[in-house]
Amino acid sequence: MDSARYEAVAGAIAAPVVTKILIAGGFGVGKTTLVGAISEVRPLRTEEVLSEVGVGVDDTAVVEHKHTTTVAMDFGRITFPSGVVLYLFGTPGQERFWFMWDELAYGALGAVVLADTRRLADCFSSVDYFERRRTPFVVAANKFDGAPEYDTETIRDALDLDSDVPVLLCDARRRDSVKEILIASVTHSLTKHRAAAAHR
Amino acid sequence: MTDGGDRWLDREAGPVVRPYALTRGRTRPHGAALGLIDHVAAAGPLVVDARGLGPEHRRLLHLCRAPTAVAELASETDLPLGVVRVLLGDLLERGAVTVARPPAVCTLEESVMRSVLDGLRAL
Repeated sequence: MDSARYEAVAGAIAAPVVTKILIAGGFGVGKTTLVGAISEVRPLRTEEVLSEVGVGVDDTAVVEHKHTTTVAMDFGRITFPSGVVLYLFGTPGQERFWFMWDELAYGALGAVVLADTRRLADCFSSVDYFERRRTPFVVAANKFDGAPEYDTETIRDALDLDSDVPVLLCDARRRDSVKEILIASVTHSLTKHRAAAAHR
Repeated sequence: MTDGGDRWLDREAGPVVRPYALTRGRTRPHGAALGLIDHVAAAGPLVVDARGLGPEHRRLLHLCRAPTAVAELASETDLPLGVVRVLLGDLLERGAVTVARPPAVCTLEESVMRSVLDGLRAL
């Protein structure tokens, strides 16, 4: 056996138990703020490159001659004493970014759709996406100063949500408020998971 | 933003870039693409033949001395994810890093959910 290969195998790392919750919503709704309020690391940001031809770009000649641009993704991390690591990913919810969402949503524990009551229509596409994918999600209306205060049932009606989708009000700047949203999200996912298991 | 030609360049879009110069034009990694939360770890100095590695490769190796998620590596290096995936693919190919894929199904197990729930409540 060659020694390099042996070393590489010996250095293989144990898979940490890692899970993720997605934070979706329109521009400026507070995704970055929400992630930053609870993450143990400064909110990180990364970018994915998009080109007009989107997925399937494999050839530099094509990349060279098409417009390319980037889309930002925020993420944060919480490590629990049990060793489980929870990642939060916040990214724009518009339909044209859905191809990115497929990777994010795969294996996700659940999702939070962050809404601004002044622009509820901005989160229609996120709601659509999670409904179609059957990813359990909760809706959290971020309270902005001066925004009209609606009760959760009005928001549910406006978004035409199923009766079992939790709707909450929140302040994405406050850690305890964000914590409540995440707890609601995981609780909802767990309920859905158990209901599905009971059906099997 | 109604003109079709500009439709990517709105408020959500960052600056227009030519990011794939670092990968010599490659937009896809060798082998399977790494997931965002796959953890990558440097295999150790004994294994690494540094010849042919660029500064970004070395930077990535340095950053993943301890197992680190792909998304974190992209953020730390300030490189687009696609670029980081290609560079990590190079490192994987020469055995300079190892990868641990979190099995997606396992994260949806009830025990994991309960563990996350308990952890959040205790925050």
